[in-house]
Amino acid sequence: MSSTNHGLVPIGSIRGVPRARHHVLSVLVENKAGVLARVAQLFSRRAYNIFSLAVAPTEDERFSRITIVVDVDSSPLEQITKQLHKLINVIKISEIDPVEAVEYELLLASVEVTTEQRSNLVELATIFGAKIVDVGFDRLTVMLADPPDKLDDFEDLLRQFKIVEVQRTGRVALAKLDRVPPNRARSQRGKAS
Amino acid sequence: MRLTGAQALIKSLEMQGVEVIFGLPGGAILPVYDPLLDSSIRHILVRHEQGAGHAAEGYAHVTGRPGVAMVTSGPAATNVVTALADAYMDSIPLVMITGQVATSSIGTDAFQEADTTGITMSVTKHNWLITTAADIPRVIREAFHVATTGRPGPVLVDLPKDVSNQMMDWYWPDSVDLPGYKPTIKGHPKMISSAAKMILEARRPIIYAGGGIIRSGASKQLLELAELTGIPVVTTLMGRGCFPDRHPLCLGMPGMHGNYTAVTSMQKADLLITLGARFDDRVTGKVDGFAPYAKVIHVDIDPAELGKIRNPDVPIVGDLKQVIAEMVKELKKSKVELPDLLRPWLAQLRQWQEQFPLKYDQEFEGGPIKPQYVVERLRELTPLDAIVVSGVGQHQMWASQFWKFDHPNTWVNSGGLGTMGFAIPAAIGAKVGHPDKVVWAIDGDGCFQMTAQELVTATAERIPIKVAILNNAYLGMVRQWQEMFYSERYSEVYLSPDLPDYVKWAEAMGCVGMRVDDPGQVDVAIEKANQIVDRPVVIDFRTDTWEKVFPMVPSGASNDEIVVGPQNEGEQ
Repeated sequence: MSSTNHGLVPIGSIRGVPRARHHVLSVLVENKAGVLARVAQLFSRRAYNIFSLAVAPTEDERFSRITIVVDVDSSPLEQITKQLHKLINVIKISEIDPVEAVEYELLLASVEVTTEQRSNLVELATIFGAKIVDVGFDRLTVMLADPPDKLDDFEDLLRQFKIVEVQRTGRVALAKLDRVPPNRARSQRGKAS
Repeated sequence: MRLTGAQALIKSLEMQGVEVIFGLPGGAILPVYDPLLDSSIRHILVRHEQGAGHAAEGYAHVTGRPGVAMVTSGPAATNVVTALADAYMDSIPLVMITGQVATSSIGTDAFQEADTTGITMSVTKHNWLITTAADIPRVIREAFHVATTGRPGPVLVDLPKDVSNQMMDWYWPDSVDLPGYKPTIKGHPKMISSAAKMILEARRPIIYAGGGIIRSGASKQLLELAELTGIPVVTTLMGRGCFPDRHPLCLGMPGMHGNYTAVTSMQKADLLITLGARFDDRVTGKVDGFAPYAKVIHVDIDPAELGKIRNPDVPIVGDLKQVIAEMVKELKKSKVELPDLLRPWLAQLRQWQEQFPLKYDQEFEGGPIKPQYVVERLRELTPLDAIVVSGVGQHQMWASQFWKFDHPNTWVNSGGLGTMGFAIPAAIGAKVGHPDKVVWAIDGDGCFQMTAQELVTATAERIPIKVAILNNAYLGMVRQWQEMFYSERYSEVYLSPDLPDYVKWAEAMGCVGMRVDDPGQVDVAIEKANQIVDRPVVIDFRTDTWEKVFPMVPSGASNDEIVVGPQNEGEQ
């Protein structure tokens, strides 16, 4: 993240990859040593960049869930998904449509503020529902857990202050739940492949 | 029963029915070589670890059972990477066991340490680093299961030295628990009936049969399908032998060096029934120009092959043996007399076969030996069920073109990876798998020099393979490309016919060595070699340096631009 740009950036200027090529894969894997390396290797072998990655154990400790955001067209994605399926440790892969999913990400940012700026930052944090999680002599650390585009906006607005460090977790996502009784609209949601 | 990890490993291999291991011991695998002395398993000591890998592949190729190789850590593990990559490309079931430094030393750059599982991750179907001896039976059971089921392939088990020495309570798992591994065997019935419908509507169909037929053991089902429908069959380089060449419906090999009819039949087809083949670039040529009029039925046990290169109209995931049988059942329900409807198509194919046969010119008096002639004579003078093994290059193409295949699992070669030096160790493995069959390695002089030290293994272990070197004194295929596409500017391709002296080399390694430079002596030498059963034989056939492999589809060109070669020119 650029820390030299302190100017105001218009709200809504989403950085990163265009939405159309943006795919979210939710991969259920066995919770074993080396599994992440096997998964990551499949992407690097085909020269595809992983945009973000989040890994954590699931409710069943034998399994972990890897949420991968990848910047690639649909047809190579299908091949990647099939290749991922061939990994012995991969149990299930769902491609999550961002429109049909609940996506969250967590951002931590340490910001250098003068005494005069301090209240402005607190105000910005309040508007976004961010928390001040650490206070130093001339710095504050703020935390925001929200959908990724909201994090983008918040990060842009933080640039008017001096950002010392930003850390984002990469998104985690689950398919949206059905709001109609079963066997009417289910097939639309997060198609498993 | 308390066992050491090493004993547990050997016992696990015995439980899996392993009869032979190809290997070479060293520091980290030392503990395992001790209980091996007390085992019923035969060990064949190779002279280079790459040879152990290829020998295990040769064994697996001809028997259909998994090949097993065992080597030590570090450089030994890196030496088998080529064999693993080769087996991965050609879907050969292979279980590779490597020693590893003690768990306490892993990651410290210890003597002979390499990150074996990391290095081999992309060339194995799966690999395991065992960290406790109690896991050994489970992992070995899983390893054999993964290697042999679904799309077969190589697996690797990395065993640290301290784990080999650790004590464990022996058990043998009743089943494997791999929640992420469930290959689809049965084809989708709806897809199978769509395929049958498409087959009945086709008037210029071709069965495009690949190595999958051999891996699945589906030759019988393929024959039934072809004979029921009257649809002609092309057999890819990996599929040679899956459908007998003498069968009137067999068109032979398609692809870059395929025969005119096989290549052109696919270009003009209205339906490709793709069975265990993968639209390799050596078959398709320029993909955009490949089989432009054809609908595609694609059957493969690996879902990732469907739509990888060419989008199928009917994709079927499943085991070929079952899927083809189901297809036949479905087709039998129909009243359509397909063989009658295909008569014009077959007549067209016949005409191409007559007009553009595979041809070469052998002058008997004085002229140099044509390499194709050697292959033809070898075939003629050797039993029908003989196994033929090749390296990679011109000799491989001539072997595939001119050997008439009659049985599946009788053709062993490195198709996908194109590993020079494959032939001799693979022939050793093949002969160990089928000691009763004649095994001929047809090798090039370039390939021979890469792995010929394994002839020592063959002699020492009494594995009487036969080697025909088609010695044209060049890295022939590269020379051919330099002649055709680099204005005859020959760069680093000359090898010399006499250096090394192949006869002396053979004799130094305990083999019978012969040299033939007169076409009239070819039969004499082959017959003599076929009579030698107690030691390996090497024949140095001095062949025509300038002979090129034809037909040829130039690299990157469409298959419509096939060049038939000087013998057929003027007819195209």
